[in-house]
Order: sequence, then structure tokens, then C-alpha cells
Amino acid sequence: MSLLEIQNLNVRFGGKDAIPVVEGLDLTIDQGEVLAIVGESGSGKSVTMMSVMGLIEAPGEVTANRLNFAGQDLLKLKGRARRQLIGKDLSMVFQDPMTALNPSYTVGYQIEEVIHQHLGLRGREARQRALQLLERVEIPGAASRLSAYPHQLSGGMSQRVAIAMAIAAEPKLLIADEPTTALDVTIQAQIMDLLLNLQRDEGMALILITHDLAVVAETAQRVCVMYAGQAVETGVVPDIFQAPKHPYTEALLAAIPEHSLGERLSTLPGIVPGRYDRPKGCLLSPRCPYAQPRCLERPALEPYTHNGISGSVRCFFPRNLNPEQWPEVLPESQRPSHLPGEAHGRA
Amino acid sequence: MFSFIARRLGLLIPTFFGVTLLTFSLIRMIPGDPVEVMMGERRVDPQMHAEALHRLGLDKPLYQQYFDYLSNLAHGNLGESLITRDNVWHEFTTLFPATLELALCAMIFATVLGLLAGVIAALRRGSLFDHGVMGISLTGFSMPIFWWGLILIMFFSVQLGWTPVSGRIDLLYDIEPKTGFMLIDSLLSDEEGAFMDALHHLILPSIVLGTIPLAVIARMTRSAMLEVLREDYVRTAKAKGLSPARVVFIHALRNALIPVLTVLGLQVGSLLAGAVLTETIFSWPGVGKWLIDAISRRDYPVVQNGILLIATLVIVVNFVVDILYGFANPRIRHQR
Repeated sequence: MSLLEIQNLNVRFGGKDAIPVVEGLDLTIDQGEVLAIVGESGSGKSVTMMSVMGLIEAPGEVTANRLNFAGQDLLKLKGRARRQLIGKDLSMVFQDPMTALNPSYTVGYQIEEVIHQHLGLRGREARQRALQLLERVEIPGAASRLSAYPHQLSGGMSQRVAIAMAIAAEPKLLIADEPTTALDVTIQAQIMDLLLNLQRDEGMALILITHDLAVVAETAQRVCVMYAGQAVETGVVPDIFQAPKHPYTEALLAAIPEHSLGERLSTLPGIVPGRYDRPKGCLLSPRCPYAQPRCLERPALEPYTHNGISGSVRCFFPRNLNPEQWPEVLPESQRPSHLPGEAHGRA
Repeated sequence: MFSFIARRLGLLIPTFFGVTLLTFSLIRMIPGDPVEVMMGERRVDPQMHAEALHRLGLDKPLYQQYFDYLSNLAHGNLGESLITRDNVWHEFTTLFPATLELALCAMIFATVLGLLAGVIAALRRGSLFDHGVMGISLTGFSMPIFWWGLILIMFFSVQLGWTPVSGRIDLLYDIEPKTGFMLIDSLLSDEEGAFMDALHHLILPSIVLGTIPLAVIARMTRSAMLEVLREDYVRTAKAKGLSPARVVFIHALRNALIPVLTVLGLQVGSLLAGAVLTETIFSWPGVGKWLIDAISRRDYPVVQNGILLIATLVIVVNFVVDILYGFANPRIRHQR
């Protein structure tokens, strides 16, 4: 049984008719697995994880056919029962460590708070455990840092503290939402190493939200690619890097600077569709170089098995899969985005 | 921290000079002099008038009077009342506990209710409660104190008879002033029911005096909370699985208190100004009423030094708030 199982997750802000920020998302993660979620800004990566944590508040609305964690239905867990889970079995590290810690309390206090909340330890025992945690996240001079305030710490140090807080109650699943984006490049690698070491030592599952495909290639076992609130492809590493199935994944890989040294960097024209220009059919179709008339319909995320490797892709004409079925690539003027009054109708 | 305190203390000197000069000149701009007021409407014999002024030292040129005043101050001599012949310092210290008691009760009322209302309004932003509280607080803030006090007296004291109309305690009780605080003195005395009676007398004046600070605190708390609730660390606190009460009061309110505390300090000045009116309405025997009486009697030393003492108090309180501010906000405490 999977540790986390998401089926048809939808997140909307503002009423039933609002455009979903996350739409029909399916995702699973097994115990001890490292899953990476990649995608451009605004593709719904963070919102997905916030809804798993139960941090989406009104007017945000989370619906799903299934949202199970460790055999418990998260949608049915309310209030106290849900809070007993988050921060304990299910915890999260956020993007900007400099603002994620409360400026009015010491590092020790903020870690001990979790220890008290979920492990019921107080006083000296809690302090002892907090100290162990700071040593665990490799903070130099851990004992003296317990009484430090967040403004006295550097960004990397703050992120270590945030990680210590997140692993304080030995979670089964740690969600790291772009944990290194706000940090210096030199610190990024250190924090990433720390997270992966912890994941390996504690045997917890790790969901890594990131922009950094190089990190994904080195660390993750599975990848979920998101675009405009949908999962467009899931697959295993390294297959997804060698033979991406979705045109968007292909475009993401082509946009890694190292892949096109000396050449002009490949980019996908256009931007992620917003609230008011959401295409009717495939969400990528207005930007897709392979778009066909059929792309005015909405494809589903279909599982496939190819050469013994399984994954899923949301495309009528997946790349690197059944090339004999590919239709001819249309010149730009004949693609559906350029047909009058079709693709740009509001969904 | 030390240089911060030294700098603040340095600022006090010009402030003191300003206050002495202002009170000295303002009270003398009011037509009439103490002798005229004492002798009343009758025609004053010019010779007697001149003699009386001479006796009081009020016939000297103004600059000389001012320098005499300053030199007395420098010797720690606050002078004596022209009317009662009592020492100004002594009168002030006798009456001040009554004002302090009233001001503290008003502040407690305003702070507790204001914080609570502000927090709930912020949590239910845009709700009926939010609009209601903000509307009422705007009304409260714009309320003329004397009018508000009279309305409350008319309704609660006269119509409903729930609270007494004026004074600190019923004349039936004979309370020996030990601390000057009626609530404490009445508890210490053997008189039965005295404490409850004193408490009853405090209710309306505290509400009247606390209304404006209450409105300011509620609005300030609301806006500070709205800002803080959007912060990442509030999200972190929620992600720890803490109870909503802990998230709001320990994580959010603690940070929202920083601006509220500053406003609270600034309110002390207007609180004492409000006390003057409130004490007059409720015949509350405090320094506010004392000053009003002194002004109408042209009791120069009492007005000058009474206001100087109150100004000192406001300055000291603001100074203390500045230091408290450092405690509430660790980022300031560690600055040099």
C-alpha cells in the first residue's frame, strides 16, 4: 500500500465555478521513496502539497476522490485529529527559511514546541531532544544555538533549523517545498545533501518540489511533472530524462543550460495559461510544437508500460512511445492555436 | 542599549524647558489674576489688589517671575498653592493615586477588550463582527468624552440606577487612606461592602476614560494581526500541527503586539488628558479635577507644576514603553 495516495485532487479558490488551481491530480508515493515534483512557477506544485498538509484555507476548497495517508482518509480527518498527523507523520519544509521561523522566539523554543506537541516531552527532556536534532542537522555549536533568535542565523542555518523542526517527530513523509531556492548556491548543495542523508537514515519518504532538474536526476527515484495545475507526466529516473514522453517534459529538459552549450538556449514560446486564457483542450496545446487538431480535446493521464518501464502521460501523441503512430508535425500556421476562435475560447 | 538610554535622557532637558515655558505663559494669558478671582465679582480696591499681588510676587516683571520659578524648580521646590497654601508636591501625591487607579482600570478595560476584539475581527475579516467592531471603534474614537460620560450617567446611573453618579465611594463608608488606591484601602478596611461599592464607582469612569484607547487598540490590533497572519512563520506554526489558539495567540499575536505596544505608550498622554475631563464629570477627586479647579482659580503654581509633573509622567511612561518594546522585539534588543 502506498504511503500517500492522491486521486483526482482538485483545488479551487472561490466557488464551484472557479478555475481549479490544481486539476484532477493523481499521485502516489511509497514508504522511503524520493519523489520529485517539477514544473514552472504557478503550476500548482506547492498548492498540491499545501492541500495534503491541510493548509489550504477558505475560500480555498480541496476535493478529491481519494486523499489517503498511511491508511487514513485525510479528507475525513478534521480539526484535532488532522493536527495530530501534520507536523508529526507528515511534515513540511518551506521555501524561504528567513521568514519561515517566528522572529519572536528562540530556535530552541520553536523546536521544543513540536517535541512537546507530538511527543509530549517537556523541560529538560525536550531541550535534550532539541539539542540532538540541531546536531542531527549539522549545526555547528548546536548547544549555543538553542537560545539564538532567527535573525541571528544565516539563511542556510535557518533552513537547517526548519528541517530540524520538521523531522522532530520522526515523520513518515517529509515534503520539501523548494528548500534551496532562497539560498546561496554553495549552501544549496549542503542542504540537499542533508535532506537526502536524513531521508536515507530515517527511512522516510521525501517529496521534493524543485525547479532544479539536475538535482532531480541525482536524487529522485520518481518524477511528477506538473503544468498549469495538472500532472502531465510521471515516470522513473533515469528513464524520464532519457526518453521523456510528454512534449512539456521534453521542453523542460531542452531548457537545461548544460544541454545546449554554445547554442541558443531552447525555450518553449509563450507562458503558462492563466485564469482567463485557459485553453479548452490540452493545456499545453497553444505552446506545443507538435499540436494536432485533436489537441482541442482534453487528454487524460494514461498509464503506459514501455520496455518494462511504467509511467503515465497526459498526451494524445506521447514522444518516445509508439513513434509509428505519430502524425506529421504541422506547420505553425495549421496548429490548433492558430485556428480562428478555437483554442482560445475560455474553458 | 546604554547609548540609546543616554540619548533619550538628553532629549528630556529641552522638553522640560518647553513645558515650563508653555504652562507659565499660557496660564498668564487667561484674563484675570488669582487675586481678582479670590475677591470675586465685587469691585476690588486697587491698593489692596496691588498689595496682594506684591505679596504673591506677581508684580514683578514676567521674565523675573519665570526665572524665580525655574530657580525654585532647580532647588526641587514646587511651591505652594496660592489658595490652599498647601505644598504642590504634597497635594499632587495625595490626589494622584485616585487618578492612577482610574487610569489603570481604564487601560485594563481598553487593553483586554481591545486586543480581544481586534484579534477576532482580524480572524473573521470581512464578517459582520469585523465591520461591527470597526464601525463601533470609529464611533468610539470620535466620541467627545464629556458628552459620552454624561450620556452614560444619564442612562446607567439615573435611568437604570445601576451605578453611582459620582465620587470614588459612598459617603457611608469611612475609609482610611493607606495606599491611596480605594480598591485596596477598602479591602484593607473592616467596612463590609466597601470594596464592592468602590468597584461600582469605578465602572462608569473607567469605561468613559477607556473608550478612546479601546478604539485605538482594537483597530491597531486588527491591522497588525491581519499583517502577521499572512506571514510565513504563521504557516509554519500551522504546519507543526499546533492548535489554532496557539497559532493565533502565541505565534501571531506576540508579533502583532509590537506595534500595539507603541500605540499603547502613546495613549498614556491622551489618557491623562482624558482623565481631566472624566474626573470633572464624575467628581473624581484626582489630579485632573485638581488642575481644572486650579485653572479656574488662577492658582499659578499648581497649574504650572501640576502640568509639569504630569508631563514628566508621560515622558517617563513613553521611555519605559521604548524599553519594553526592546523586550517584545528581540530584533531591536540586539541592535547596538
